[in-house]
Amino acid sequence: MGERALLVEVADGTAAAALHAELLRRRAAGSLQAREIVPAARTVLLDGLPGPDEVRRLATRLPSWEIPPLTARAEDVLELPVRYDGPDLADVAALWGVPVPEVARIHSAAEFRVAFCGFAPGFGYLTGLGGVPEVPRRATPRTAVPAGSVGLAGPYTGVYPRASPGGWQLIGTTRTVLWDHARVPAALLAPGTRVRFVPEAR
Amino acid sequence: MTDRAFAVVRAGALTTVQDGGRPGHAHLGVPRSGALDRPAAALVNRLVGNPSGAAVLETTLNGCALRPRCAVTVAVGGAPSAVTVDGRAVAWGTPVRVPAGALLEVGPALYGVRGYVALSGGVAVEPVLGSRATDLLSGLGPPPLTDGAVLPLGLAPLAHARVDTVPQPGPPRELILRTTPGPRADWFTTAALRTLVTRPYRVSSASNRIGLRTQGPSLERATAGELPSEGMVLGAVQVPPDGSPVVFLADHPTTGGYPVVGVVREQDLTAAAQAVPGTVVRFVGVGGWPGA
Repeated sequence: MGERALLVEVADGTAAAALHAELLRRRAAGSLQAREIVPAARTVLLDGLPGPDEVRRLATRLPSWEIPPLTARAEDVLELPVRYDGPDLADVAALWGVPVPEVARIHSAAEFRVAFCGFAPGFGYLTGLGGVPEVPRRATPRTAVPAGSVGLAGPYTGVYPRASPGGWQLIGTTRTVLWDHARVPAALLAPGTRVRFVPEAR
Repeated sequence: MTDRAFAVVRAGALTTVQDGGRPGHAHLGVPRSGALDRPAAALVNRLVGNPSGAAVLETTLNGCALRPRCAVTVAVGGAPSAVTVDGRAVAWGTPVRVPAGALLEVGPALYGVRGYVALSGGVAVEPVLGSRATDLLSGLGPPPLTDGAVLPLGLAPLAHARVDTVPQPGPPRELILRTTPGPRADWFTTAALRTLVTRPYRVSSASNRIGLRTQGPSLERATAGELPSEGMVLGAVQVPPDGSPVVFLADHPTTGGYPVVGVVREQDLTAAAQAVPGTVVRFVGVGGWPGA
């Protein structure tokens, strides 16, 4: 992808997560020089590589790397308190064929992982919701979605770090500030972060 | 009126604070941002003795007017324009001493789009993730300048300018963008790949710091369907459903779901930053462009 970047495509999101972790390990160990390592749905982008020779070298060698599967450590789970009061809760319940309170139960029972970020600083695409139909985006996006809104779209759960337009189906709200550029780290949801949503009393 | 700051008398169409941007945060959804015409920003900094990463002002088409509250050395570069101090013409592309309280006016671009104004000490707004750049996609950094705003300046550098004056660039007739094949070139028909590198496009007036939008023959896809979001790079030529290529500039989104047909070489993006709407764009296939 140009002279200093390489887009690595893998089979699925799980493989992308494992490759992302391996690339971070190699960069920390000093055997990989990349300014940006950007995971996505089923790719990982390496950008800011030293030059075209390194791009070619990596493209040749990377397919034969031994990449260990991801291992989860329970103590690393970030808990986000959520009030399940979103305007699309009833629509999601209807799509899933469950009573409305079941949406909160199903959603808060799952363990999520930030697959990648995008759309806005600190906006994570979280995977981990299984066994229910994927929720389509709204036909007409809302012009203003409040900060902290928890939404569903396709295989992902996302939390709007700040007010913005958005087309995800909103099921709840968190008061946790996901993005604060004056804080270290600025983003609570970075790729690889494990997340659990904890229901708050209404 | 002797504090290290300047007042904005006329903000112009769009004037932002820019520096080297904030690379290294793309995985959090943070665009790199920074000056679109990097060499011009570095040059005006050098002219006033600032380090190359100091924050400058980036103007768009019609310049701006400022009133420093302290004596400063100023240099204007990028798109050529008239420059005056209290109504008197001074040289473009040259360090100019502006007394405290005097009015510095940067006129409309004679050609090109983006002018750069360096003030000695640099614009000293609070950095965000290591950069003072305004990012128009994500809203990080200071807002675009508004009339009446007052912005702080850093301490004047001890260094003196290493060059006195710079040659004024000539007006570009065509924008040449050398383009290597993108990761999704195979999502397009052979005819579309040929069209991109043989037919002229024009810079669209919808272009901005996020992307240089083009108008021209639309590129037909060989693969229908949606592409899952993937990482994007500076210079990526993304093709949205309308088929008109968009070249990603500094404030581009870090991930995107439209296929990238090619990637423009970084050296050519400087000229892209200065191409006015209507300029003829020629994508030149390099690096093994299919069929080239």
